[in-house]
Amino acid sequence: MHAKAYAQGVTAGRLDPSELSAGFRDLHPALDDHEALVAADRCYFCHDAPCITACPTDIDIPLFIRQIATGTPDAAARTILSQNILGGMCARVCPTETLCEEACVREIAEGKPVDIGRLQRYATDGLMATGVHPFTRAAATGKKVAVVGAGPAGLACAHRLAMKGHDVVLFDARPKPGGLNEYGIAAYKSTEDFAAREVDWLMQIGGIQLETGKALGRDITLQELRADHDAVFLGIGLGGVNGLDAPGADKEGVLDAVGFIADLRQSADLSGLPIGRDVVVIGGGMTAVDAAVQAKLLGALNVTMVYRRGRARMNASRFEQDLAAAKGVRIITNASPVAVHGNGAVREIEFEYTDDALAPTGERFRIAADQVFKAIGQTLEGDALPDLEGRKIAISGAGRTSVIGVWAGGDCAAGGDDLTVTAVAEGRDAAEDIHIALMGATAG
Amino acid sequence: MADLTTNFVGIKSPNPFWLASAPPTDKEYNVRRAYEAGWGGVVWKTLGEAGPPVVNVNGPRYGAIWGADRRLLGLNNIELITDRPLEVNLREIKAVKRDYPDRAMIVSLMVPCEEAAWKAILPLVEETGADGVELNFGCPHGMSERGMGSAVGQVPEYIEMVTRWVKQNTRMPCIVKLTPNITDIKQPALAALRGGADAVSLINTINSITSVDLDLFAPEPTIDGKGAHGGYCGPAVKPIALNMVAEIARTPEMAHLPISGIGGVTTWKDAAEFMALGAGNVQVCTAAMTYGFKVVQEMISGLSDYMDKKGMVATSELVRKAVPNLSDWQHLNLNYIAKAKINQDLCISCGRCFAACEDTSHQAIAMSEDRTFTVKDDECVACNLCVNVCPVEDCITMEQMAAGAVDPRTGRTVQPEYANWTTHPNNPGVVTAAE
Repeated sequence: MHAKAYAQGVTAGRLDPSELSAGFRDLHPALDDHEALVAADRCYFCHDAPCITACPTDIDIPLFIRQIATGTPDAAARTILSQNILGGMCARVCPTETLCEEACVREIAEGKPVDIGRLQRYATDGLMATGVHPFTRAAATGKKVAVVGAGPAGLACAHRLAMKGHDVVLFDARPKPGGLNEYGIAAYKSTEDFAAREVDWLMQIGGIQLETGKALGRDITLQELRADHDAVFLGIGLGGVNGLDAPGADKEGVLDAVGFIADLRQSADLSGLPIGRDVVVIGGGMTAVDAAVQAKLLGALNVTMVYRRGRARMNASRFEQDLAAAKGVRIITNASPVAVHGNGAVREIEFEYTDDALAPTGERFRIAADQVFKAIGQTLEGDALPDLEGRKIAISGAGRTSVIGVWAGGDCAAGGDDLTVTAVAEGRDAAEDIHIALMGATAG
Repeated sequence: MADLTTNFVGIKSPNPFWLASAPPTDKEYNVRRAYEAGWGGVVWKTLGEAGPPVVNVNGPRYGAIWGADRRLLGLNNIELITDRPLEVNLREIKAVKRDYPDRAMIVSLMVPCEEAAWKAILPLVEETGADGVELNFGCPHGMSERGMGSAVGQVPEYIEMVTRWVKQNTRMPCIVKLTPNITDIKQPALAALRGGADAVSLINTINSITSVDLDLFAPEPTIDGKGAHGGYCGPAVKPIALNMVAEIARTPEMAHLPISGIGGVTTWKDAAEFMALGAGNVQVCTAAMTYGFKVVQEMISGLSDYMDKKGMVATSELVRKAVPNLSDWQHLNLNYIAKAKINQDLCISCGRCFAACEDTSHQAIAMSEDRTFTVKDDECVACNLCVNVCPVEDCITMEQMAAGAVDPRTGRTVQPEYANWTTHPNNPGVVTAAE
């Protein structure tokens, strides 16, 4: 054990570099050719397959698996990418255990689904490695569309629009495109700079002008965009973070999980990234798991994930919960934070057990913490946006907002799960709708 | 426990599982280990006449067809008879037989179609103490180009002639191995019987090309850019072999001609099926080539368990047990009416039955919104395709309709009595006969 392992406080270099790189290696390693053939052989080629129904992007899964099984993985990749241009990232980050693989009939038959996610990665990685972009643009339409947000929804929308022959200007507030793929996903799900490589590959379609460092409301306005373009798509995600409503929440060391995850993803050298010895993550979603597991992998000795409701209500899938547990994260449920203690910096965080209706029970406990990561939800930021439904942009049909000529999709739009694959589906479908709107009856 | 001992044309073996004449039986080292593994008998790989032995190709000899997970279903070979000197083989046969007197030792032979050639080799084989000879009239590649193997097996007159030569020149039992590369298997079998054969064995391999290299545009296995047809064997050929064995077994003139069943025997169950359709024992090759000699242990335990369950004490009780039930289409009972039934507890909702039924022709399976699949009895003709494509064992079954019930497809009451095509009103032959 490394000497710094037990050091109190927030410090870098708790683990030696080999332990660090071992921890952060690929969560679902790529299948090799033989493994892919064995896995593909298990697909029953179901009629009107339940896995397709379960996929938000409706990938023809039995077809692409048969294409792998018959020795044409590039054809398989085209089957995937024609429905989901971010099929490579979705193969890595999709909670397949609650989507296609949960629906797989072999899950019912034997409790062991076809390894759809990794087969998808096998096909898409193979095609991307050839450097070939399998799609070409239609004849130029002369139409110009602004896509705001270069995350999964925006990228999918921009690519589909470019394919249809429209010119696209793709804006993003951050210095790099990719959105949550680049900044918001655990490093072990997107190794070897995959998010950036995927965007580069996607941009090969042509016709997409990328403008980074341009934030809506700061550098550009919806009004200007509408004036300069034939249509606007908003895929701006949820830029804000819910605050912790407890005394002491402003103490040093109380941080947003999304910020921690983004810093980690952008860090060139993980051994230089400081982490607490005692880390507490508040929340029960994917972000909470990503933060907790990565804190553990950075060398935090004690990592505790605390969720206010019961285990069954956690947004993190069972697989993610088990992953966290396997990495040594302690999961406490039915407990709400009531106070952050410490002199300047956090030293302890106090919780109160709650019943299933979230009513306090009076039973309290404290956990030592030199870092607290809040993963209690993100919120839509910005004003002068189209009408909202709840706390998100209201949409009808394929992403149409209350403002004529403005579409929205992904996490910022109401409806649908906050998943990469759902964002891709919404971006793609909005692009098809924009195309029809711009081209009228001649659109095809 | 059932007694698996068999007596095939006077040759005793502790079980009915013999290794067929093939690469696994080409040398002493192998045959000793085969006997140790439990094989009841061995047909030594085909010997040719004295002199310089044949040569084999120095590239690939085998091609294969695979099922899911690369499970070998069919194997094709272009290997010839033994390429080791005759005297070496004879010496080894003698040594092995001496050490394993309770096991069957048959020697496969293939020499030119001249009586002198057979007269020359038979005493040499007798001298080894072998239990019998098998005449290789089946090999469909290489040797057939030289007037031997299937070139003989395709001409009944030659089969009869050579068999007679053999019977006149040796006291050893003579098994004639038949080629399936003919139109009517009964003709070569009858020829062997006329020639005095003690038994026939079948099938030898089937003319085949397993695959084509789509880069070289050459049949596989490819030797320096060219391919030649080979002989096909393995699980894929079992149905063809079963039919040919049964055709002989059901022919009255050959009802007492012993048959050694060969062709895709892979499990105890395959062996039992061959025996039920008339084989006195079975010969195995591809299963041993694929999985090693040890497979015989499953065959022995499986057949023994099965016979115990059926109350059979000797293999002779199983042999020919299904022959009386082999019929012609025209004699099948047209009043037997069944319907497919899907067990909803076992169904995994893959929908393969639906796709098969919908796209094949009968459209007799309904699919609900929640993926419940049910049989439409008013459309179901009981074709069995849904059973065949279902991935779950026993999930779909064919249920016979009781006499007196009304078939919702035809609206007719199921009749209790047997009635076949020969008396069916739609049969023009019946009308003609009535006039």
